Amino acid sequence: MRYIDEFRDPRLAKSLIADIVRHVTRPWVLMEICGGQTHTLVRYGFDELLPRYIELVHGPGCPVCVTPLDRVDKAIAIASRPDVIFVSYGDMLRVPGSKSDLFQVKAAGGDVRVVYSPCEAVKIAEANPDRQIVFFGVGFETTAPAHALTVLQAHRLGLLNFSLLASHVLVPPAIETLLQSPRNRVQGFIAPGHVCTIVGYKEYEQLAARHHVPIVVGGFEPTDLLEAIRELILQLETGRAEVVNQYARSVSRAGNLAAQQAIELVFERCDRRWRGIGFIPKSGMRIRAEFAQYDAERVFGIEESGAEEASECIAADVLMGLKKPMDCPAFGSVCVPESPLGAPMVSSEGACAAYYRYRRHETQASGEVH
Amino acid sequence: MSKFPEFDGVLTCPVSVGVSERILLGHGSGGRLSAELIQSVFLPAFDNTALNHLNDQAIVDFAGKQLAITTDTFVVKPLFFPGGDIGSLAVHGTINDLAMGGVQPLYLSVAFILEEGLEIDALRRVVTSLQRAAEEAGVQVVTGDTKVVEKGHGDGLFINTTGIGIVPGRLHLSADQATPGDRVILSGPIGDHGIAILAQREGLSFETTIQSDSAALHTLVRAMLQGVPSGAIRCMRDPTRGGLSSTANEIAAQSKVGIVLQEEKIPVREEVRGACELLGLDPLYVANEGKLVAVVDPAAAEAVLKAMRAHPLGREACIIGTVTESNRGTVVMRTAFGTMRIVDMLPGDQLPRIC
Repeated sequence: MRYIDEFRDPRLAKSLIADIVRHVTRPWVLMEICGGQTHTLVRYGFDELLPRYIELVHGPGCPVCVTPLDRVDKAIAIASRPDVIFVSYGDMLRVPGSKSDLFQVKAAGGDVRVVYSPCEAVKIAEANPDRQIVFFGVGFETTAPAHALTVLQAHRLGLLNFSLLASHVLVPPAIETLLQSPRNRVQGFIAPGHVCTIVGYKEYEQLAARHHVPIVVGGFEPTDLLEAIRELILQLETGRAEVVNQYARSVSRAGNLAAQQAIELVFERCDRRWRGIGFIPKSGMRIRAEFAQYDAERVFGIEESGAEEASECIAADVLMGLKKPMDCPAFGSVCVPESPLGAPMVSSEGACAAYYRYRRHETQASGEVH
Repeated sequence: MSKFPEFDGVLTCPVSVGVSERILLGHGSGGRLSAELIQSVFLPAFDNTALNHLNDQAIVDFAGKQLAITTDTFVVKPLFFPGGDIGSLAVHGTINDLAMGGVQPLYLSVAFILEEGLEIDALRRVVTSLQRAAEEAGVQVVTGDTKVVEKGHGDGLFINTTGIGIVPGRLHLSADQATPGDRVILSGPIGDHGIAILAQREGLSFETTIQSDSAALHTLVRAMLQGVPSGAIRCMRDPTRGGLSSTANEIAAQSKVGIVLQEEKIPVREEVRGACELLGLDPLYVANEGKLVAVVDPAAAEAVLKAMRAHPLGREACIIGTVTESNRGTVVMRTAFGTMRIVDMLPGDQLPRIC
């Protein structure tokens, strides 16, 4: 397939790895922020191909994973109402709330629908004027513009039966929190290419300068990630801390201005709780007061459940890059994708799910397949 | 049952924790939830020798012959799709379940569950297509049944078909016979059916030229069996729901062997790869309705491959992997980069990703 196969070329990958091996002289700890990047690295087994002392840790960039328990509970409470059609991205359906998940709401008779595009939810609202249509707006900066557009479109159409359960989080405040933590081990970051496609990378330049840490805006294909890793190693080995845009075929420094305008128009920054991590100041986005009638939280006024995570889940340490999924005693035994204890086991982008899906043979029959 | 059972540090229950008290859509996906349902509900109830082989068809001794029987229910939406419709699919699906046992299919029963309000013209088109498919496959529909449910209680129409046939001679194909060293052969590119259906679903308006691969495979199977020594083909499976990954995992589990697949050997059409990239799906988990996987003695692999390639439905057949002693019960993939990863069975349906 053109424009994809080129980025999965084994020969190119091998030469990039050889280049990395040539330049690295000591151990480094790198973090890829986005779950999609984690997935590629684990799927193709690059952590095995790279020199052992380049440690890759997996960041908090899986939107499904970091959506806090009480927001999932809120979604479940709204979706269970007989007057509601609840519309969501597919991978939110299996995310466990404190008592149930959206699949079970659906099995119990709730009208829960999966869409690829948030704008489908607005169409559903137009077609069902006697029902309340609620879209579960989960994601990072990447999905926020499309969610903003649903509100603007509903407003333009004068729809009275559409609202958004907004649950957006922002990447830079999470990196900031991580870098400020006394337990931080990460020395270089691969920034999320899709997020930067929307917002650009000026904010990352400030982070890099403030903490003297190299950041490479990276893509999602094998050679994208190897190129990003090579750039980080070159910078670390020579004591530099710059922002480099590896994913230039999609990302510009200023980002997508029209998308940023849509976000700005509909949302404002707020403090937000991250599943497994806790409160991060100014790390979320909520709907502005002008659009209150499209804010599902205001429309339905459901109380916070205040639910806490299962105590044996080490999601926080995994999401902050302090532990690997396999360090968890529950991994693969009580915590499996069918009955996840914590969110990183749920989404295909979660670090635990990626390890469970692709790497379990290492714990089962270490050495036999290599 | 709570989603968060207390963890007591010991796993004693064979049913995975957190199993839903209700049927979820995933129980019908052909993945791990389906397998769990069979293990926890159906097998304990119906326990018998013919069933316990867990093959696509049951083989029973009857009047000195080996009689094969299978049944399948079709709930596809939309009813008509590029490359077929629910009628032809109901014939192909059941014939293929027989064919995977090397069975010569003979007779079909057809039961319709119709939703109140269905246009009779639509039913007529489905029936015509069903009859044409049966005729082409050389089987007769010899009995049937019709029920009508209230509007809103069915998706237009559901079809159940049951097929019977005869196993020639003393042939015995079974998914518990894969042996280390055997080759894994795939009859052609994967994912066509699933993507053709998905492209037609409401809310997913993308245009493709992809057609379902829906086809009856019994003549291909006959060609494969001719000219190789008895026992050289250990088993065959058609990778329908749950895709190639589920089929490979079932064989690995039932034969208690490992399977290593070669990523670059698995054929996937460009259009299917493109659609899967866009939709965030993995073709390994996408359904097929006209493909088969055969596990074959290495000495006979080339002969089987040659016979397949001479048949219109096996022209793109290729060896995609090997059965191994190690990693019993597990399927692993050697990537184009030389690394290994697990090919897991999905718990339920593949879920579209957020971004």
